[in-house]
Amino acid sequence: MSHGEPINKERKHCNVDFTLRTEYIEGWEAIRAAHRLVVEVPFTPSLPQRGYNNRTLYVNFSTNEIKEKPVTQQMKDIFIGGRGFGLWRLWHAVTPKTRWNDPENEIVISPGPVAGITQYPGSGKSLVVSISPQTDIPIDSNVGGYFGPLLKFSGFDALELQGKAEQDVILFIDGVKGIIRIEEAPLEPINSHVLAEVLTRMYAESEEDRINVSVVSTGAGADHSLIGMLNFTWWDKRRGCIRLKQAGRGGIGTVFRNKKIRALVCRGPVIKADMNHVVDFETIAKTGIKLHKEIHNNDPHQCVMRRNGTAHIVEIMDAYDLLPTHNFQYGSHPDTHKIASTVWQARCTQMTVDGCWYGCSMACAKGADGLVLKTGPYKGHMVTVDGPEYENAAGLGSNSGIFDPDYLLELNFYCDTYGMCTITWGTLCAFIMECYQRGILNLERTGGLDLTWGNAEADLEMMHQVARGEGFGLIAGQGVKKMKEMFITKGWGDPQLIRDIGMENKGLEYSQYLSKESLAQQGGYAFTNKGPQHDEAWLIFMDMVNKQIPTFEDKAEALYYFPLFRTWFGLNGFCKLPWNDVVPSNNSQQPEAHKIPEHVQNYVDLFSATTGIQITKDELLMQSARVYNFQRIFNIRMGKGLREHDRAPYRSVGPVTREEYESRAERYDKQMRDDIGIDPAGKTTDEKIAIHRKYRTDRFEKLMDVVYKRRGWTSQGVPTYARIKELGIDFPEVLEVVKPFLG
Amino acid sequence: MINVNGESMDWQDGMSVRDILKARKFLFPLLIIAINGSIVDAKAYDITIVPDEAEVKIIHLLSGG
Ligand code: SF4
Repeated sequence: MSHGEPINKERKHCNVDFTLRTEYIEGWEAIRAAHRLVVEVPFTPSLPQRGYNNRTLYVNFSTNEIKEKPVTQQMKDIFIGGRGFGLWRLWHAVTPKTRWNDPENEIVISPGPVAGITQYPGSGKSLVVSISPQTDIPIDSNVGGYFGPLLKFSGFDALELQGKAEQDVILFIDGVKGIIRIEEAPLEPINSHVLAEVLTRMYAESEEDRINVSVVSTGAGADHSLIGMLNFTWWDKRRGCIRLKQAGRGGIGTVFRNKKIRALVCRGPVIKADMNHVVDFETIAKTGIKLHKEIHNNDPHQCVMRRNGTAHIVEIMDAYDLLPTHNFQYGSHPDTHKIASTVWQARCTQMTVDGCWYGCSMACAKGADGLVLKTGPYKGHMVTVDGPEYENAAGLGSNSGIFDPDYLLELNFYCDTYGMCTITWGTLCAFIMECYQRGILNLERTGGLDLTWGNAEADLEMMHQVARGEGFGLIAGQGVKKMKEMFITKGWGDPQLIRDIGMENKGLEYSQYLSKESLAQQGGYAFTNKGPQHDEAWLIFMDMVNKQIPTFEDKAEALYYFPLFRTWFGLNGFCKLPWNDVVPSNNSQQPEAHKIPEHVQNYVDLFSATTGIQITKDELLMQSARVYNFQRIFNIRMGKGLREHDRAPYRSVGPVTREEYESRAERYDKQMRDDIGIDPAGKTTDEKIAIHRKYRTDRFEKLMDVVYKRRGWTSQGVPTYARIKELGIDFPEVLEVVKPFLG
Repeated sequence: MINVNGESMDWQDGMSVRDILKARKFLFPLLIIAINGSIVDAKAYDITIVPDEAEVKIIHLLSGG
């Protein structure tokens, strides 16, 4: 394989011979020869005008129906695109009775109107929605890679997948020739790093064309678990291999495989400057140049995202006692330096600006080249691993007590290629290890897996078991919620303890931040629409360190603003990182500096310049509020979305065990004295834990009251008629859902 | 004695902004620091001396992947 000059330079630098990377291309002609055409439909490729193609693509794998659906003005006005379009299409596809594995459940992929511009960093994201196998409500997942923009530049604002195929199929969208095909694919490799590599070469018309092909796939883990995720590729020209970005949360990969979809392949046109045919290209270019300069000048002394990616916060979270350790019991560990950003700097080959879409000069994507695998079906293979991002280092690492970078990369690699969410795996493995520590699990119950803290080999074996569909791995792959229910039913431990330490809410596992010392973050996790992912609100510093939001009303305001602001990224195809992982030099002089006002204005300008619809910062929030509240009502329609579903496992609120309390006794005693007004002297640890629990739980409930009020919801968490009307989402079918609760 | 984000902290003669960051293990790079209401330029953390009884605000911007 020819790699060219940059790789050779890096090869010397990192002492890794990339030419030894295992390739999986042999025999792909035979694999293609075995394909059987199921249906082929022509279409007229188009480019968006003002960010919209005004049509979406619908594919039904049960009936092999392929059709275009119009995008109405109402859809654009109310739902904008991305997650909004996905939720609107999904709403009409399902009924309150639909579960994840019913044929009518859909997977909808939509990039949003601004997505695909190449002038502003972080503008190539897609949103994927489906009814989740873990939560039974809509899940949304934000993902990079080229698929979404290529789909859009083929002519579609969204792709809606419904029904179930009888045999494994590939959906191929050729946005150059105007052909959509469903092909049976009986011999395809199963796991993403092989499958996507093979399919990229198979569907590209030349070596140069590989950059115009993107593949969506998952792996064997998705076949045997509820936590499957989707990998979206882009072709890395310099490395000569595919790279993967994940739509991780909530088990969408499991739905994908349940529909017997082996892969989606989109071949789009060559990317040029103004594919969105925006209204005001000059503003887009100017705004982009401003941010490129800012990143160039400020990133080296701010977050160093270009060199370290999100992993730059591993040691920072440890320093603030926020790095989840041993299933969120603790916030730091003496071995954190072994998985700190400097370690990843040495492992990741930064050959060039490494972004998951064109024009992203923040370039936080990282490739760890030259990893030789020690376990599993690819033992001995040399692979490139994408990451690790912070969530992977924390989730697969410290949270399970694993501080060996090689094993961590291997866990990251197998999660990716097997198609399992790294965040979910990290949290469920941490739960299992704590259950093992406390005797809820033992060697007999795990089928011989010694799941003590830090045992990376047992962790990997459990992962391989999921992929093989056997052993304790099958139980692990059900996720924390189902494991909790099973362990309690079998009488394996104290039910209260199991409920307290199983870090899930609504059925979704927590992402990797310790929220115990930040009441606002406890709400930021538990009051989310889809479950506890940090992409709605990350308020720990504002609350715990800055003491910026001391009152319940202050916290509620933050829990009003940030979830709405961040929802907006997912309506339009933006990545959140360029918003706040670099800031203008004069940001500190601005009012409300924590919102990064100049960047918010950039987004207002980009939307207006793309679509020609002039918005303000307030209208930006309203756009989000419509979709956010619609999603809340969608949850209610599916039998959830109420106050009882917003409660949190106590581990996320306060110290559950004696060890936890005693490890930070000084802090907790001081809080008892100063905040609760009780003298801890003479009290046993158990008594002190109980006092904290009552105090913290009461505050959590009070926060819920105040946040619901600020959001325009009843005390049960239902959006009021007034709020629904104000937002303009008072469609009859929406009102019908809330009527039983509002009268 | 000075006050940092609402909490008391011992003051020492000649104490710089950087000394406070080190003592409090404030490693996060995106900070807005104000002493008695005046913003301190990020380039001046080493040379800005904090007076006794100062009201110090060290605002961390948002983080989280
Ligand atoms: S900042 Fe990172 S994740 Fe976001 S678009 Fe750029 S490369 Fe992709």
